[in-house]
Amino acid sequence: MGGTRSWTWHMAAAVVLLFVLGMHMLIMHMAGTGHWFAPYGTEPSSMRNSLFRDENPFFIFAYILLLGVALYHGLYGFRTIVFELTLKPATEKAITIALAVIGLGLFGLGTWAALVAHRIALAGAGG
Amino acid sequence: MAEIKRYDNRLGIAGWLSGGRWGVERYAYILHRITGLGILTYFLLHILVTSLRVKGIYLWAGHGFMHQPIFRFMEYLVFAAFAYHASNGLRLVLVELGFAIGKPMEPVYPYKTSLNVQRPLLVCMAFLTLGLLAVGAYWALTK
Repeated sequence: MGGTRSWTWHMAAAVVLLFVLGMHMLIMHMAGTGHWFAPYGTEPSSMRNSLFRDENPFFIFAYILLLGVALYHGLYGFRTIVFELTLKPATEKAITIALAVIGLGLFGLGTWAALVAHRIALAGAGG
Repeated sequence: MAEIKRYDNRLGIAGWLSGGRWGVERYAYILHRITGLGILTYFLLHILVTSLRVKGIYLWAGHGFMHQPIFRFMEYLVFAAFAYHASNGLRLVLVELGFAIGKPMEPVYPYKTSLNVQRPLLVCMAFLTLGLLAVGAYWALTK
């Protein structure tokens, strides 16, 4: 039953990713043309445009959401592939724990970086 | 608690890579896994690289390290992997939820398998992927 629930979350995460990652790629690569969330020059990934987005709490929320959803989808998918090799239960448990630790660690790092970047951008905007 | 009986996956990794008699969906599945692993590798590195901005290091900005032609090409490969993985993933979600596989019916010859019923969805997915790849390539070349 736990497997079914995790797999359903995996699919739900995929649908969320489709929209959030799609928006992320559009904004980071094509937004320069229309200046969507990139008011400085034509390069959406320039430092000034990055700082402009880091100022906005909506982007910080979106980054953290994208980070969590993508880490869950990616690491659970990886776990599924590895488990098809029919490993010993103890090995499967060790892999699950290792992936959970890696996932939580990277989620912590990314969330911390997004929040610090937000504070830096606000401090920069305030002079 | 009852012990689950486990069978050896005799084919191993070779079994993943060979479509055998399973048809085109099996190759779609293999490519889905390869692109998924590629995107995951990129994503883990992406977290580390973007986290460096708290130290004032923007490797992707201006004419920095990430603007070398090899990285631009690899960026397109990531986009291509995303385009395929997302389109095929959409198909998989629809099939998993029971759409596009037809209704249960009496097994009367000639049999109509669900694989054949959902084939048009696979074709739509392939065209969607090709369309996205073409738009991405046009954008990358004209930028």
